[in-house]
Amino acid sequence: MAESTTVVAKKASSPIKFGAKEKKLLTDPLNDNNPITVQVLGICSALAVTTGMKNAFVMAIAVVFVCVGSNVITSVMRNIIPKQVRMIVQLVIIATLVTIVELVLKAVSFESYKALSVFIGLIITNCIIMGRLEAFASANKPYESMLDGLGNGVGYGIILLIVAFFREFLGKGTLFDYKIIGATPEYLINTTDSFLFGWYVNNNLMVLFPSAMFVIGIVIWVHRAWNPKLVDVS
Amino acid sequence: MELVNIFIKAAFIENLALAYFLGMCSYLAVSKTVKTAFGLGLAVIFVLGITMPINWMINEYLLGESGIFHLDLTFLRLILFIAVIASMVQLVEMVIEKFSPALYNSLGIFLPLITVNCAILGGSLFMVAGEYSFGESVAFGLGGGFGWFLAIIAIAAIREKIRYSDVPPALRGLGMAFILTGLMGMAFMGLMGIDPAAF
Repeated sequence: MAESTTVVAKKASSPIKFGAKEKKLLTDPLNDNNPITVQVLGICSALAVTTGMKNAFVMAIAVVFVCVGSNVITSVMRNIIPKQVRMIVQLVIIATLVTIVELVLKAVSFESYKALSVFIGLIITNCIIMGRLEAFASANKPYESMLDGLGNGVGYGIILLIVAFFREFLGKGTLFDYKIIGATPEYLINTTDSFLFGWYVNNNLMVLFPSAMFVIGIVIWVHRAWNPKLVDVS
Repeated sequence: MELVNIFIKAAFIENLALAYFLGMCSYLAVSKTVKTAFGLGLAVIFVLGITMPINWMINEYLLGESGIFHLDLTFLRLILFIAVIASMVQLVEMVIEKFSPALYNSLGIFLPLITVNCAILGGSLFMVAGEYSFGESVAFGLGGGFGWFLAIIAIAAIREKIRYSDVPPALRGLGMAFILTGLMGMAFMGLMGIDPAAF
């Protein structure tokens, strides 16, 4: 009893603090513990949605929302979920939030809903969300879990945008669907339109799946060369 | 004979890991040694082989207009499939924890993550899209699982060998695994036939 009162008193004196520990929770997933390049979570969707910057951007925002929301809800309920059925409970929480995202996107921007509806459903099977629920939120307090979810969502989104940048730029010569480099399409050949590097022919391999593996592999290479403590010593 | 065809097609031509790049997270993270890769591969074969017929029955007898409710309930498909997969994985987890604690510890977080292994859900969705019969769905499930098993064994074996090669330090391990998977995927594109629409 005495113990619980001290805990309550401690909480009341510092409702929301943002010290070194909290900062570490937030920034760790951006660099030292990045979900894609270090934890290897969420690769499937990183392969599927990175053919264009626009899809990657909407996906990143959706994942940040679902990650934060499901982390907080699971963390609040962590003491009442029985261990034997925890996966089903977690999946129901995730599926509910994903449905909310889907409905909001449908209401706000029907165009991108049509383009992304399949991928939004894929968030349910995005292992980064369930991975964080299993590894962090089911054993930590809601506020810390919120920071962890935010950090992981943003860390995931950054890698997604980097990969999408190279794939869209080299594969289609566009960024956010605006033509940047490459030849003018044939039916426009006689107009005054001209783009930078007109000699560039789009590399269609960059749009296919294997190129995503190569790009992520190179991103990991650069990341580890820049941050040598992540280098695999085994 | 038809069933053998479907098995071979699911295992090689439509390989879930190397042709569709499904289930990549656990594929890359658990392929450091052949031994753990073997354990996870068997678990995936088991889960795919069990969930595929169950999901077939759900799709056929519960969801369609010809099902027991005579209603079009296909919007419930995703949630029901996921629920079946989650309960099966929970079962597998309990069995492995009881009979092989060493394997349980080495698989770590990636055992519960079979639930969100997109190869499992993707397999069930391909099964619906392919309009298979019951026997065919069993063959498709086992074939898909077997193909995923072969793929993870192959990459684990390559990664064990490549440990002795002179790879740049920052690329060692995970980075190299990504590039190897990309190369293997390009090889499997040859089996599928390269889509002329992409060029």
